[in-house]
Amino acid sequence: MNTVTRLTKTAPAAPVVQEVSPARPASLGRALAAAGGALTAASTLVAWTWTPAFPGDLTVNGWPGGLQVLTLASGLLTVLAALGAYGVRGFRWAVPAGATTALRLFALGGLAVTWFAVGAISWTLGGSINVEPGGWFAAAASVVPVVGAFLLPQDPRVPLKPRQLPSWAELLLIAAAAGAGLLVFTYGIGTEGELFAGFLITAGFAAAGLAKAGLLARLTGLTARHRTTASAATLVAAIAFPFTGSDETYMSVGVNILIFATVALGLNVVVGLAGLLDLGYVAFLGVGAYTAALVSGASASALGIHLPFWAAVLAGGLVSMLFGLLIGAPTLRVRGDYLAIVTLGFGEIFRIAVNNLDGKSGPNITGGPGGIPNIPDLSLFGFDFGATHVIAGVPLGRFANYFLLMLLVTAVVVVVFQRVGESRTGRAWVAIREDETAATAMGINSFKLKLIAFALGAALAGVAGTVQAHVSYAVVPDPYQFAGAVPPNSAFLLAAVVLGGTGTVAGPLIGAALLYLIPMKLQFMQDYQLMAFGIALILLMRFRPDGLVADRRKRMNDEAAGATA
Amino acid sequence: MSDEYVLDATGVTMRFGGLTAVRGVDLRVGSGEIVGLIGPNGAGKTTFFNCLTGLYVPTEGTVRYRGTVLPPKPHLVTKAGIARTFQNIRLFAHMTVLENVLVGRHTRTKEGLLSALLRGPGFRRAEAESRERALELLEFTGLAAKADHLARNLPYGEQRKLEIARALASDPGLLLLDEPTAGMNPQETRVTEELVFAIRDRGTAVLVIEHDMRFIFNLCDRVACLVQGEKLVEGTADVVRGDERVVAAYLGTTEGAAA
Repeated sequence: MNTVTRLTKTAPAAPVVQEVSPARPASLGRALAAAGGALTAASTLVAWTWTPAFPGDLTVNGWPGGLQVLTLASGLLTVLAALGAYGVRGFRWAVPAGATTALRLFALGGLAVTWFAVGAISWTLGGSINVEPGGWFAAAASVVPVVGAFLLPQDPRVPLKPRQLPSWAELLLIAAAAGAGLLVFTYGIGTEGELFAGFLITAGFAAAGLAKAGLLARLTGLTARHRTTASAATLVAAIAFPFTGSDETYMSVGVNILIFATVALGLNVVVGLAGLLDLGYVAFLGVGAYTAALVSGASASALGIHLPFWAAVLAGGLVSMLFGLLIGAPTLRVRGDYLAIVTLGFGEIFRIAVNNLDGKSGPNITGGPGGIPNIPDLSLFGFDFGATHVIAGVPLGRFANYFLLMLLVTAVVVVVFQRVGESRTGRAWVAIREDETAATAMGINSFKLKLIAFALGAALAGVAGTVQAHVSYAVVPDPYQFAGAVPPNSAFLLAAVVLGGTGTVAGPLIGAALLYLIPMKLQFMQDYQLMAFGIALILLMRFRPDGLVADRRKRMNDEAAGATA
Repeated sequence: MSDEYVLDATGVTMRFGGLTAVRGVDLRVGSGEIVGLIGPNGAGKTTFFNCLTGLYVPTEGTVRYRGTVLPPKPHLVTKAGIARTFQNIRLFAHMTVLENVLVGRHTRTKEGLLSALLRGPGFRRAEAESRERALELLEFTGLAAKADHLARNLPYGEQRKLEIARALASDPGLLLLDEPTAGMNPQETRVTEELVFAIRDRGTAVLVIEHDMRFIFNLCDRVACLVQGEKLVEGTADVVRGDERVVAAYLGTTEGAAA
């Protein structure tokens, strides 16, 4: 209450009388939001249901469990934004671009996840009778901040100019953000079923809220200023993932996400930079994987040779690049939709050919539908990737080893993408994407450059394929198709690029992680899995048409539009 | 002869099926000259331009640049030394102003994929030089303050200027301008006029298509008039302005109206 009086005191003397009526819902709204947020957070400390049969054990008093953690996080974010809305000293940094919209999103996130939890308890355990008073209290408490947040008027104030921090503080903030990212990712990958659905809800609203509060923009500004540090912090956070003591199953998920993400980033060279719609891209991953399988000493390999890993990587990349050139040379003469159809055809040709090169319909190279099994584990400098090693007191299993190896590959691909993207070649690609006729009139040999983009993209996917062959013990034709239930396939790769943000580095990485986790974790929905996935895609496209991470150029466009509006 | 003319087009004919858009046109542009190309809508001016820049391969006739026959590919024509702008602005909308001009430097630099990956001293020097040159051109066209804006966010007149700056970035010996003042107010047109003179003073010859007669007659050393794909008349501004056939082509004749 004293904060309210303080506010009226600081307001200029004359307009106070006129502002009494609009000020009342505003102050009421703020109070409701802050108190409601706190109540919501507090409600997670009591039992919501009577039986630990519901996943996450929500029966413990005094400690949040399962979905309650998510409600707690939303409640705390709401309180944070409400304090920012009050302008409490020390909390204004939380909402540099305005508090109201952020507050609404945080409060809605809390409401959604809490009601989802109560609903899930009733549904899973067979009736709302299973919800304890604590659960009803939480459901009621989560409504309060929403009411409060919608009583608030839109922010009249101009976005705060970010205060210049000393550079050590900026670096610390970047490190903290990378740590928070690791925390959220590790938490999310470990959630199952209802908890994962709750995680998606909370993370979605929280991310939207943080964006509206202007915090994400600040972070982007920081990372742009300290690019090396930001990349290093991200890399360290990723390296730390196997050391979080996560289950080996999650390590396998992690390495598969990395493979998927790396290939998506390779596709981003072709689609995002050069603007060539390639619907058969996964074939290049297949070429790399099959090449590695053939030269890595698998007993079923038609070649029967065992090259060292570096040579296998080189071979996978080069053979894939060769296929890229072979397929690109005839197809890149057509533009737009036609190119998409032709690449789709070539992608399918790869899979069918691999299926038939089994010794019966053709020469025995790929082993047909059975593929090439028993690819031996890698051994680099005496480090056996198949065995469990204890490093820094943490046992790192087979998938953790491959995760770290794949991380190296991903890092290389990121560096390639960034360096080529910001060069004469990268500029020529973007120019071709923007207007091919004008690009050729500027002296760009568009066919040659499109072919380079195609070949580079293919080579990157091929390198990822060589690791994939070892991770999955065997290569079979099935995964390398246009569309399937499990990523990576061409449709999912394209979706990861478009949803994540074309032309960016972070976009395909985040997009790939989401597109891998969502279908996998929503398996408890069984028949509704694909429908839920579809709804998630539609929502993403509705609210982020440029992708989750907007391109630097698109961001500038939005800023300019905002400035003139 | 080869040095006198930057551009030497002889007997250029362009047929699309049964339609002859350009018929036997000869045109020469000397170094340091500003030549205008006028004619009513549909006279074949832009088709002729496209024949010069390799977008179309002429059915008959040859186009020489400084004595050598031009290759029939747009990017090779630009490399040889002819740059152009477009009638309807064709900038790279989602690139910054500076990046647009840097793309124009493409033919005068050669850093490939490998040097971009390695980022050796050669790469950094070439990038710095391109940047410097691009900034200098932005200074020249008066866009330096907007180097970091997106091309699509520029006002119309400045988009036209950026197209010229981008074309100049390839260090052309001949600049082809396709209706550079379309849609401009008189003041902007005058600024463009100054710009074209300045370009000529830098040693680049200019061939310009325009409908604005005052602009053309102020600017050009020589003017050619195309009508229905054929060159009707060519000469100094006064000669062309005084030619009855030119007036007739634009305004129509009593005979034509009667027929």
